[in-house]
Amino acid sequence: MTLQIAVFLILAAVAVAGAVSLILQRHPIHSALSLIVVMVALAGLYLLQGAEFIAAVQIIVYSGAIMVLFVFVIMLLNAGEEERTNLSRMARFVGVPLGVVFLLEVAYWIARATSHMAQASTQAVSTRDLSTLLFREYVFPFELTSFLILIALLGALVLARREDSD
Amino acid sequence: MVPTSYYLVLSAVLFGLGVVAFIFKRNIITIFMSIELMLNAVNLAFVAFSRALGQLQGQVFVFFVIVVAAAEAAVGLAIIIVIARNRGTLNVERVDSLKH
Repeated sequence: MTLQIAVFLILAAVAVAGAVSLILQRHPIHSALSLIVVMVALAGLYLLQGAEFIAAVQIIVYSGAIMVLFVFVIMLLNAGEEERTNLSRMARFVGVPLGVVFLLEVAYWIARATSHMAQASTQAVSTRDLSTLLFREYVFPFELTSFLILIALLGALVLARREDSD
Repeated sequence: MVPTSYYLVLSAVLFGLGVVAFIFKRNIITIFMSIELMLNAVNLAFVAFSRALGQLQGQVFVFFVIVVAAAEAAVGLAIIIVIARNRGTLNVERVDSLKH
């Protein structure tokens, strides 16, 4: 087993453990922290695949901006623990076995279908190549996303505004 | 080198866990977080394919997915704030005025 596979297995175990913890935690703030663990582990996996730019964006935008927004809203709304219902007790006995079977099935078929794929190529892609592609071929979608963010900003402002202010 | 199928299996497992969380959780914020988990799983598959095929387009797509996820999070959390203000609860089972 090479070092890279060992690092992959460690990061994968951390990511899966974080995702399972997201499901098991009852308090939303604990779920949010579990999701941050998953995202940091995924950033490590991107680094392992030579995608430094995506790894940096993952840390800065996902764990930095988006999750801070989530934690902020959880604190703003003072979200408490989930309450248990009859339906949720039933979900534990029906849903968990079904979920495990589904996961194993999907993992098995993907492993079978892609095992013939060539080993990952070794040449590293630089951030320079990525930005050249982004600003030459994909410059129109790139500008479009800035428009999308502007609209999202306005939408969030209008939605979250208090009604009784006027 | 790590085989591509390892990454794809991990991506599938994370996506499946995201689906499970989406169905299991009753807090609307946690449901929203499981959507982010699924987006992350898809991003991992994109980067793995980009690496395996030696093409950069996969990483460009991941970049766009992250940008759209940021916009989606802003609007979605604003909607959650409105729901919490109007209904006084974050439990999705109690947002059932269409039923009564």
